[in-house]
Amino acid sequence: MSSLSLTMGQTGVTSEVDIPATHEAGQSLWKDAWLRLRKNRMAVISLAVLAAEALICALTPLIAPYGFETQTLENTLAAPSFAHWFGTDALGRDLFTRVLYGGRISLAVGILASLVSVVVGVVYGATAGFMGRRMDSIMMRVVDVLYAVPFIFLVIILMVFFGRNIFLLFVALGFTQWLTMARIVRGQVITLKQKEFVEAARSMGVRTSTIIMRHLVPNSLGPVIVYLTLTIPTVILEEAFLSFLGLGVQAPMASWGTLIKDGVDVMEISPYQLVFPAIMLATTLFCLNFLGDGLRDALDPKGAKD
Amino acid sequence: MLKRLILCSLSLGLIFSFAGCTQKSNSNRQAIHIGNGGEPKDLDPHITTGVPEHHIIQNLFEPLVSKDPRTLEPVPAVATKWEVSKDGKKYVFHLRKEARWSNGDPVTAQDFVYSWTRLLKPETAAEYAYQGHYIIGGKEFNSGKLKDASKLGIKAIDEHTIEVNLVNPTPFFLSLLYHHSLYPVHKATVEKYGAKWTRPENMVSNGAFKLAKWEMNKVITLVPNPHYWDRQSVKLEEANFYPVDNLDTEEKMFRSNTLQVTNEVPLEKLPHWRGDKTGVFQNYAYLGSYFYWFNVKKAPMDNKNVRKALSLAIDRERLVTFVTKGNQMPGTMYVPPGTAGYNPIPRLPKDLSRLAEAKQLLKQAGYGEGLKKLPKIELLYNTHEGHKKIAQAIQEMWKNNLGIEVELVNQEWKVYLDSMHTGNFQVGRMGWIGDYNDPNTFLDMVMTGNGNNLANYSNPKYDAIMEQAAKERDASKRFKYFSQAEDIILDDTPLMPIYIYTRNYLKNSSVQGWFNNIEDIHPLKYVSLTF
Amino acid sequence: MGFHYILRRLAVMVPVFFLVVAMVFFMIRFAPGGPFDSERQVPPEIMKNLEAKYNLDQPLIVQFGMYLRDLAHFDLGPSFKYANRTVNEIIAESFPVSVELGLLALVWALIIGIGAGMLAALKPNSALDYFPMSFSILGICLPTFVVGPLLVLCFGVWLDWLPVAGWNTWEDRILPSLTLGFAYAAYISRLTRGGFMEVRNQDFVRTARAKGLTEGQILLKHSLKGGLLPVVSYMGPALAGIISGALVTETIFNIPGLGKYFIQSAVNRDYTMVMGTALLYFALIFVANFLVDIAYALLDPRVKYE
Repeated sequence: MSSLSLTMGQTGVTSEVDIPATHEAGQSLWKDAWLRLRKNRMAVISLAVLAAEALICALTPLIAPYGFETQTLENTLAAPSFAHWFGTDALGRDLFTRVLYGGRISLAVGILASLVSVVVGVVYGATAGFMGRRMDSIMMRVVDVLYAVPFIFLVIILMVFFGRNIFLLFVALGFTQWLTMARIVRGQVITLKQKEFVEAARSMGVRTSTIIMRHLVPNSLGPVIVYLTLTIPTVILEEAFLSFLGLGVQAPMASWGTLIKDGVDVMEISPYQLVFPAIMLATTLFCLNFLGDGLRDALDPKGAKD
Repeated sequence: MLKRLILCSLSLGLIFSFAGCTQKSNSNRQAIHIGNGGEPKDLDPHITTGVPEHHIIQNLFEPLVSKDPRTLEPVPAVATKWEVSKDGKKYVFHLRKEARWSNGDPVTAQDFVYSWTRLLKPETAAEYAYQGHYIIGGKEFNSGKLKDASKLGIKAIDEHTIEVNLVNPTPFFLSLLYHHSLYPVHKATVEKYGAKWTRPENMVSNGAFKLAKWEMNKVITLVPNPHYWDRQSVKLEEANFYPVDNLDTEEKMFRSNTLQVTNEVPLEKLPHWRGDKTGVFQNYAYLGSYFYWFNVKKAPMDNKNVRKALSLAIDRERLVTFVTKGNQMPGTMYVPPGTAGYNPIPRLPKDLSRLAEAKQLLKQAGYGEGLKKLPKIELLYNTHEGHKKIAQAIQEMWKNNLGIEVELVNQEWKVYLDSMHTGNFQVGRMGWIGDYNDPNTFLDMVMTGNGNNLANYSNPKYDAIMEQAAKERDASKRFKYFSQAEDIILDDTPLMPIYIYTRNYLKNSSVQGWFNNIEDIHPLKYVSLTF
Repeated sequence: MGFHYILRRLAVMVPVFFLVVAMVFFMIRFAPGGPFDSERQVPPEIMKNLEAKYNLDQPLIVQFGMYLRDLAHFDLGPSFKYANRTVNEIIAESFPVSVELGLLALVWALIIGIGAGMLAALKPNSALDYFPMSFSILGICLPTFVVGPLLVLCFGVWLDWLPVAGWNTWEDRILPSLTLGFAYAAYISRLTRGGFMEVRNQDFVRTARAKGLTEGQILLKHSLKGGLLPVVSYMGPALAGIISGALVTETIFNIPGLGKYFIQSAVNRDYTMVMGTALLYFALIFVANFLVDIAYALLDPRVKYE
């Protein structure tokens, strides 16, 4: 009895049943999660670092020491110095500036594309998993079909028809990632479906869509968040790969992905080209990782950490 | 756990260090390993167009007349001697009687008639068929207007004598014969196997080598042709071509001794290799011109003053020194100097010494300080590190020197080709490698209506001069016409030369008989290895 | 898990298969540029002949019909780019190479990934957790085109222990498969850890802990099935992705596999090759997903397929 009401209380479902005071009434799942998250030091630090990064990238046009396309041809591939904190690239451009601008692009790619994939994937997967039977079968076969379409052609055609619109690129990338998200969510939902609290909700006459959105989705969020922290880097790196094919950000703009790729070319000559953007990317991903872990732990309703 | 991990990797490493001492360059065999860029589309000399294909094909097949590997002068090949008529339009070639195909069959005049007809047949759909347009009836037969092949300007007088009749006196005709489109193929083999005749088990060729192995995307192996008329000159036992398209990988393969010759050098590694003193780095002028087309049908490129201003506002010397780094020659002219002895006058500055003139020209066109602002220009190039760097540098130069906004448009290869061929660009990059050793291959492209005139440029005066040059036999008179022609285009500026190509690659010092020349021809029949 | 289920899935696949064929067929012809565009402008008469040779001058519907007819005989047509080869031949030569590379990479990925993930889950938020996870972040944010050249530089050039490129002897296999598997090891380790973390808080695990079992024993005996669930989910797309996405690895190490053709054929507008590789990809994914679903059902006894 008490576990049932605990869950119900957390998902905010109101009921006439008298809820024993084992838990603050009306507390939403999310507020609870935030309280737990705050206690996780690594997660908080990560959140702070990410927020700082986002702020710096947003302010980049105001604070960057040079223009990102200003070339000094005599001073190419220079080592870090007082004038150029990260050194210069193959065309004599300030690397620090380019890493900042690259961050703007990369973070934008990561966030936008991942948002697209999460929204589409979660809704789709949850619906499929919950519906089961034929609906599930059909929906998942559609996913199989889409997996089979070589993603690169889709993007090439999109880029060609609608021009080199950078936001369109991000949406296209997001659309290629939602498939796996849907699969994972569906898998989770299938497992969760069997659980008692879903039975209870159903027997109480709660609407299907409410069950999906209020019960199944929040409880599936664990692996979704973990996978999200994998989607963001995937997307960022895929953008680099597309740039490699000429479909990503147009020169002279750059993203961390393209900077890293350029860095590989001169790895033996000037390792800084590779090291600095790679460190920036790694830091961002580190933070995403800890934040993701923290979120997952915070959202787990059974969660009591050891 | 960590300790165990370290120990494991150490021991693994030890095992590998013994295993790693295996196959490098095979001991003392006369076997050469060459990096060849990309996987050949085919080895049929009549339908291929690329340079990697030509590297292999020129060793499999032999033309009527070949080239001296040092001087590029015509030397006897299948033909031992030849006569040219006074008007320069008729050639008679005498074939050597001991020339043989790799299956022992004799090489006859009929082989060449069959082959050139095949090149020009519409059904073959040969992209280089236009190399055959120099002979009488070639163009008409190729377009289907002429149906009777016997009317073509090539005849077999007898088994070992060929007569060729040309439309114009084509002074570079002997040089043209080295182009693979004019190579002979073995009729019986082609007719028997159809598209599969180029497989190693089917192919019959008449060159110094024959095809032993073809593993797609892995290796193509040639071995000496036992029936070749000059078999004793061939010292190599084996020639291997590797389609390595990643330049970094290729360079590493050279350093680890898996390759003895590379195709290129990674751009950023050029300064490092230029400093190398062991003689491994090869760097010499190449028969090619790198330039930007201006689409004269699209404003503001329709205004000659705008085009010329743009051409005068870039610092070519800085480009080749800091951006391309391959010791290229700044494009102060369009035709590469030394092409068949032609030395063009530099008509463009190699630096910004004429910048004031450029600004003045812009003013005349109505743009500049206090006048209209020049609308943003789109600069199109295909995806490639080198093109990207140059485009970015030029974008900066135009911005700093003329205050012009340029947008870089980067398209993948096919999309780029489509855009260029349909005139869907304002400024587009182009690289043109000469088909044969004569200025004509660069200059006839800019004539009205030429399929490769992507600028859609048309100047009747230019056309008239080029037509006169085509009819001219005397070399110095021809060169005078060419000089006039260059005068016109470097003034009208349908194209903006940027640099003259150089070849940059690595060659192991054990390779002998491999000479540097402007056409970059290295027939393997002269090559051997020393140890 | 009935026979009927398998049959039904196969039956659903057939119309889906046709949908894929049609979609890819028409989509690739929308991208500008054709298979015969080359730098030297091809005269219109020649272009006409080229197109006639390959039936490109027929109306699209007719071409599609001809393609389907050939497909029924398992004939994927001639390659538009490689004039003397058929698509069947090219695939027959290169596909086994990619499969080998992919499986070897997967082996590395599973061993390193699951091992690291399990280690991390043993003692969460400890050093044992942070080290493998940090290593895995590196694996995620260092793409193949960085890891490959780094390994080659280290082991191939400086130390001269392993070959730099090629696919002949068994030593040739090591660096490429490790490079390719490295990225997937990173993902798998995170998923493993995530999965085990999910499980560890579940009732039956808490019970085991209360009974006095050590973490290690819990891990291996009780959590294994549940913990590996997300990894299993991931295997489907991972397997297909490894085989096809080996493009960069195959380029760096000069390996004659099919991965190169996936992208190259689109770039070259080699229509038949594009179709061939797309269909192969589709078949791969179907098989992979099917196997994954079976594995999922075996691992989680509560999952029922209706």
